[in-house]
Amino acid sequence: MLTSPSDRYDLAVVGAGPGGLAAAVTAADHGLSVALIDAGPRPGGQYYRHPAPGLGAAHPERLHHGWSVFADLSARLRAHTGQRRIGYLTGHHVWTAEPGEYWRLHATVGPGAEDAAVVEARAVLLATGAYERQLPFPGWTLPGVVTAGGAQAMLKAGLVLPGRRIVVAGSGPLLLAAASSLVAAGAEVPAIVEATDYLGYARGLPTLLGNPAKLAEGAGHGAALLRHGVRLRRTSAVVEAHGEDRVTGVTVARLDRDWRPLPGTARRIDCDAVAIGHGLIPQIELATELGADTRVTPDGAVALAVDGEQRTSLPGLWAAGEACGVGGADLAVAEGVLAAHAVSGRPAPAGVRRRRDRRRAFAELMAAAHNPGPGWTGWLTPETDVCRCEEVPAGRIREAVDDLGAGDARTVKLLTRAGMGWCQGRMCGPAVACLAGDPQARADSRPLACPVPLGQLERLAERSI
Amino acid sequence: MSIRRTPRTPVELVGAEPGPAHTIEFDGRPVPVLPGRTIAAALWADGVLAWRTTRVGGRPRGAFCGIGVCFDCLATVNGRPNQRTCLIPARPGDTVTTQEGHGRADLAV
Repeated sequence: MLTSPSDRYDLAVVGAGPGGLAAAVTAADHGLSVALIDAGPRPGGQYYRHPAPGLGAAHPERLHHGWSVFADLSARLRAHTGQRRIGYLTGHHVWTAEPGEYWRLHATVGPGAEDAAVVEARAVLLATGAYERQLPFPGWTLPGVVTAGGAQAMLKAGLVLPGRRIVVAGSGPLLLAAASSLVAAGAEVPAIVEATDYLGYARGLPTLLGNPAKLAEGAGHGAALLRHGVRLRRTSAVVEAHGEDRVTGVTVARLDRDWRPLPGTARRIDCDAVAIGHGLIPQIELATELGADTRVTPDGAVALAVDGEQRTSLPGLWAAGEACGVGGADLAVAEGVLAAHAVSGRPAPAGVRRRRDRRRAFAELMAAAHNPGPGWTGWLTPETDVCRCEEVPAGRIREAVDDLGAGDARTVKLLTRAGMGWCQGRMCGPAVACLAGDPQARADSRPLACPVPLGQLERLAERSI
Repeated sequence: MSIRRTPRTPVELVGAEPGPAHTIEFDGRPVPVLPGRTIAAALWADGVLAWRTTRVGGRPRGAFCGIGVCFDCLATVNGRPNQRTCLIPARPGDTVTTQEGHGRADLAV
């Protein structure tokens, strides 16, 4: 059996979303032995998340854009796993990577000390995707306030909604996609509240014209939303969520150019759920912990730096998709295909390279258009929890900065515990850095990429001695 | 004015024909679950949005990120606290209880 931990692979791909799937099947096409390692139970990642078989969905494609791409990739995956050219490991959370002639990837597969797996491979490709960026506001910890991506994920996989009347808010293209799938699934969306004015896109006209498919995708969402009477409020933000035990409404205000709420513009909208997000943050800790080079994207996030062949700065380590800067499924697929060709030592088709370059340019334009303005901190009150896990309010963070002299997120963390809880700062990190006036975005340092039972850590320590 | 030619529920949208529902117990009462749903999805489908109270303020919390990143959806499942309900498929007969604080009151720490 190829999936035995003792097997050594030519390539280990971490993440079975669009980028990882494309890379794995392309490398297997070229004759490489591939381990495809994923935390989820089914292939697809977050983008192609789909209902569990038990739900008997006859038309999962109705919740997706570009489902045929996924259908093709998953058919090829099945063929390769059937021929044992790909060892597909589901439910494997990779928590650290050890470089070497053969890389060793350590994964946890359950809570027990024995529930550990090691995968060895000559090359590693990270296609670990992204999670959502959040900017806190008063009331954002109320039940019923969920991330826009979370609403999408729960809908795609579980066929459930957090409520019937859902305000979609924040910034970025995910809002349009989330809102159109929510209304398709029967929710009422009284408003999409988008902080930017979209004028940022106009500055990149040639890039827009080079990506007609992305324009058509946006237009498709727009038409669906128009048909359902969804109102798009630009240059506005949810500045407060109301309710006691769950959300019952929001206050929306108009913003100035820097995202500062304008006095006298507040309006209340009744709702029983809020789906909110401010773009995505690449999930790259497996690589940054080893010292891989990073770059700051135009929206202030940190992504892995890769060359034209998707190579990171570490020998034998490659990356594709959102880990290299958030740009969508189509870009991820192109990057996965390119990386697989390079790892296999084969020239990549010119068309794929062109598509990658065009989509990457679009991604940079998109990131610049939705870069959060510094004035968003104007909607915080001293009591607003910024760190959800440790329940650290904005007032305490400001005290650490103004009175105790903290000038970066790490010092704020040591003084207040913001970012020290369960999620390890993934939810509050960008907000804390902003409040701390951190001058330079940098990669977070997390020795372990996900929670690991102590028994499994102990096993690693024993082996290393 | 909204025109509703589309289905009214996610299940209708994808033409789902789920297997028969099973049951889990949430805080002592039965909750029906369509097969394949996670615990968090089962609770949402039953109109439950909160199944944890925070350690400091005792505030209610439920699923937030839906993908296993935020840890807001922790609950005690079959006696084991701090389980990410958005990742765990609900199995017939599972017992889910609202988790209070760190969920380790039994350790008296």
